[in-house]
Amino acid sequence: MITGTPKPIEEILEMLEPYNNIVVAGCFGCVTVCRVGGDKEVQVLSSTLRLAREAAGKKIEIREVCLERQCDPEYLEPMRPYIEDYQAVLSIACGAGIQFMAEKFGKTPLLPGINTGFLGVTERQGEWTERCQGCGDCVLHLTGGICPVTRCAKSIFHGPCGGSVEGTCEVDKEVKCGWQMIIDRLVSLDQMENYGKLKPYKGWDASRDGGPRRIIREDMV
Amino acid sequence: MKAGSNLERVLEAGHFAVTAECGPPRGADPDKVLQKADLVKGNVDACNVTDNQTSVVRMSSVAGCMLVKESGTEPLLQMVVRDRNRIALQSDLLGASALGVRNLLCLSGDHQKFGDDPQAKNVFDIDSIQLIHLVKTMRDEGVFPSGDKLEGAPKFYIGCAINPFADPFEIRVPRFKLKIDAGADFVQTQCIYNMDKFKRFMDEARKDGLHEKTKILAGVTPLKSAGMAKFMNRMVAGIEIPEEFIKRIADEPKEKQAAKGIEMCIEQIQEIKEMEGIAGVHVMAIEWEEKLNEIIGGAGLLPRPMVEQ
Repeated sequence: MITGTPKPIEEILEMLEPYNNIVVAGCFGCVTVCRVGGDKEVQVLSSTLRLAREAAGKKIEIREVCLERQCDPEYLEPMRPYIEDYQAVLSIACGAGIQFMAEKFGKTPLLPGINTGFLGVTERQGEWTERCQGCGDCVLHLTGGICPVTRCAKSIFHGPCGGSVEGTCEVDKEVKCGWQMIIDRLVSLDQMENYGKLKPYKGWDASRDGGPRRIIREDMV
Repeated sequence: MKAGSNLERVLEAGHFAVTAECGPPRGADPDKVLQKADLVKGNVDACNVTDNQTSVVRMSSVAGCMLVKESGTEPLLQMVVRDRNRIALQSDLLGASALGVRNLLCLSGDHQKFGDDPQAKNVFDIDSIQLIHLVKTMRDEGVFPSGDKLEGAPKFYIGCAINPFADPFEIRVPRFKLKIDAGADFVQTQCIYNMDKFKRFMDEARKDGLHEKTKILAGVTPLKSAGMAKFMNRMVAGIEIPEEFIKRIADEPKEKQAAKGIEMCIEQIQEIKEMEGIAGVHVMAIEWEEKLNEIIGGAGLLPRPMVEQ
């Protein structure tokens, strides 16, 4: 899923300074699962903002909504009839959802209420870790199902580097060395022959470096 | 000859080679490099010039190499893949070769987290092993990795670094082998203190005949004090100084610890010299270049041989 973290309330209040009539919009997609942008968070954030603005003597009207997904056009449409009744939308969906809404509603300022994080997994309640950078050219079949691009701090293809100590990365003792994990997996899968081969330079053009990306499925359009 | 550098000639002639390093200054003052180069001169076959080591911003290694070269010592250019993509790497390689740099050390580079710009974006477009491959392609095939022909191929004696003490130990020899497969002509090791572990590493390397495929220069760093040893053990990933090693220095009174460190470094070099498959020594006297002459001379490695072009 796409993960995220709430922005500090002070930062949000500063963004909202010019407005007194807004929509707080959540999303039932990933941000609900990682508990940063669902309907519950919409309610809590809206209450907090109302209280803070009231205490500051600058009341704010908030309409609370939570869309099925902010990244699909059909779920944004129901907002169209009332969107221009409000001065701004504070969205707590991921950056994709926020931008899509901004594109669809050209006259309404869109404000981000969360910092979008990464493509990750739930380790346990309250802890998420990154797994994928969406680099566009998956090599997991060669690396024991563990991604060198994401799990190695240097994204190297022939690791581990000299900074691997007792299975941890020199960057942070709490972070496992991606290449130690790859090697452990390759050993247990009896696939160490994959380690000894030189790998070609990665084509980062399939990644963000090729510019904003687009997928077109001819069978679907 | 692959590049015809002095270091290559010395090694190919079968001499026990000596290299050292100069860290460029945190500023634009050329005299800082020239002063260090002066201390290195005559003691080595080539002198490494580090590339923003520990991600702390310093004068560029190419500029440092030119200053070292001007002062009469053959430079060895360190190049990390942390800060440059393949376009900048190729360009800098061509430039360095055009300016007469003939030795190269291909490195990953310490993560930027350890430097003074921890918020910097890192590059790692290709890794250090792929850099070896890239340079070899340019040198031996006269083409860019893209396939286009070069107007003059860069001439580098290609080196890499290995850390026999990083984890997992079992992967150290296979990874070393990858670097040789990619095209490394020589290797400089991380500083060695745990000689037993290094010997085990060399046993494994020799089993695969790696010492015959590449020239291995063993890295040593003299310790100035017991405090420095403890600090390095704690702070530097992949450095392993055994307790008994530290104890020998700690047992000396403070004012005699530096002399003991030098004595132990010389002992180490002498032991390394006798090891099968070791072609030379890389003496990293960190901010202690004034002791190079004493260490290298003490180990019986002076004067340095002159090998005709």
